[in-house]
Amino acid sequence: MKILIPTPLRQYADKKDAVEVKAGTVGDALRQLTTTHPELRRHLYTEDGKLRAFVNVYLNDEDIRYLQKENTPVRESDTVSIVPSIAGGGGIE
Amino acid sequence: MQPGADSILQFGDSIMLLLNNSHYAAIRAHGEETYPHESCGVLLGVFQDDARRVHEVVPCGNTRQDRPEDRYHIDPRELVRIQRRGRDRGLDIVGFYHSHPDHPARWSQTDLAEAHWIGCSYVITSVEQGKAAQTNSFLLTGSGEEDKRFVDEKIRLEPAEKASEQYGLGAR
Repeated sequence: MKILIPTPLRQYADKKDAVEVKAGTVGDALRQLTTTHPELRRHLYTEDGKLRAFVNVYLNDEDIRYLQKENTPVRESDTVSIVPSIAGGGGIE
Repeated sequence: MQPGADSILQFGDSIMLLLNNSHYAAIRAHGEETYPHESCGVLLGVFQDDARRVHEVVPCGNTRQDRPEDRYHIDPRELVRIQRRGRDRGLDIVGFYHSHPDHPARWSQTDLAEAHWIGCSYVITSVEQGKAAQTNSFLLTGSGEEDKRFVDEKIRLEPAEKASEQYGLGAR
């Protein structure tokens, strides 16, 4: 299955925009990703091992927060997308 | 990489956002449409050395219905769909745009705090009394959350034909 790497993280994944892994769950897939590319870990996870709040992980079109989080099972044909949040705004802080 | 003045010296003229007149007009028109609320959207295109070349402007919804006058947020579900559509056509997410109703076209502390797409352009348009005024672009740079910062980047408007010549995987 494929993991799509967003632009800001490609510098930590040998400039790849997608990585192929064999995994049973989303958590397995991300673990393989950060084993192959250890620099990614601190950008994806906090020090206590949780996904950073602004890092959204999608299994195909579903946010894993609303599935089984990192225990969500995956199939060979699935795509995991790592999607950092987009937000902001002007005006009074 | 040193912050401050050194960043500008390091980047200089080669960092820029390339787009055509209709992209530019679409970004600004979206801000007028949604006024007095912030507009937001995605820029699909290709990375080209130090520049980002826009091929498509994709307007998005603003999920911040609690305070849309000065906050925006794009649903990640929309981003996933836009990214997939882009990949099918050899395009990447190269940046984002949003508007500042009756507020300068410069990034705010909120804009910086909520910016995470290092390597991408953030385009901001000030919309004054319903009319698009200034459009500026900023490149988010740094190695991560701890040292991320915006640097000013030039916007270069190009003829529409140039964008279509670069279309597709070859441009990578």
